[in-house]
Amino acid sequence: MHRFANPARFQRLAGAILPWSAGLTALLSIVGLWFALVASPPDYQQSETVRIMYVHVPAAWMALFVYANLAIASAIGLVWKHPLADLAAKAMAPIGATFTGVCLITGSLWGQPMWGTWWVWDARLTSVLILFFFYVGHIALTNAFDDPTRGTRAAAVLALVGAVNLPIVKFSVDWWNTLHQPASITRLDAPAIHPSMLTPLLLMALAFLGYYVTVLILRLRHEIVSRKLRALRLTQGMGAPAIVEQEGT
Amino acid sequence: MADFSTWLAMGGYAAFVWPSYAITAALLIGLLVVSLWNLRRGEAELARNDRVARAGAPARRDRKGPRP
Repeated sequence: MHRFANPARFQRLAGAILPWSAGLTALLSIVGLWFALVASPPDYQQSETVRIMYVHVPAAWMALFVYANLAIASAIGLVWKHPLADLAAKAMAPIGATFTGVCLITGSLWGQPMWGTWWVWDARLTSVLILFFFYVGHIALTNAFDDPTRGTRAAAVLALVGAVNLPIVKFSVDWWNTLHQPASITRLDAPAIHPSMLTPLLLMALAFLGYYVTVLILRLRHEIVSRKLRALRLTQGMGAPAIVEQEGT
Repeated sequence: MADFSTWLAMGGYAAFVWPSYAITAALLIGLLVVSLWNLRRGEAELARNDRVARAGAPARRDRKGPRP
């Protein structure tokens, strides 16, 4: 694992992955959208609103998956003090927050026509809103200190505390049987969904996964560059002739 | 053409289906653009710093910096 945690090696690996993940994301999005909006049937109960599922459910999966990644990266950063894990956690949080936001907004747009309400304090909805707050809190804490290592440390602890919320989100539909329906795909028996609707759902989920990998590489590269620039400014600040950037780019 | 307007109408749920897709696209593309833009800006600054360092580090730089 440590072989891939070296920044130079990461840059090479990321450079090899990036064109593929970007290309696959574009391709899967186009095919997925075709199936989601055109080539799949309306639901017999929900009519055309079922199409909201093809962005809502993949966004929800990614919201949980990215948070699990964030918690793992934070644990590695805290225990082994690995700089790349810290930077990865910082790079992941805005992506996870975006997916969670997409999940909440599309869920609201689906809830209004089908449940007759934009929002209800159902266990699933509430726990996802809390997940969103953990992401936002992580972003805020990371940037709250002048010393970036202190911000990273505090945010990592928050990320681990928030991991308790993940099983609550996942099982909320079974523990409190209120309004949100239980899982249709990740069941012990076969998925309770017709292949004509499973196809666009899985295609969009893969597109979202590809998007995550692509944007994570871009953001992680930016974090590595920023760290180099910070180190340069520090060494230059200590006596060397000032070649520090003047404009606050 | 009738087929197309039926499709756009989304069985009467156009006001919920289309905004879902539009907001999803806007948020995801927005984050991608911001991430790319930040990376380009950082790389450009790093490249400028390298050039200045190689050019023998003038004591004071003007705001524009040396041209390559």
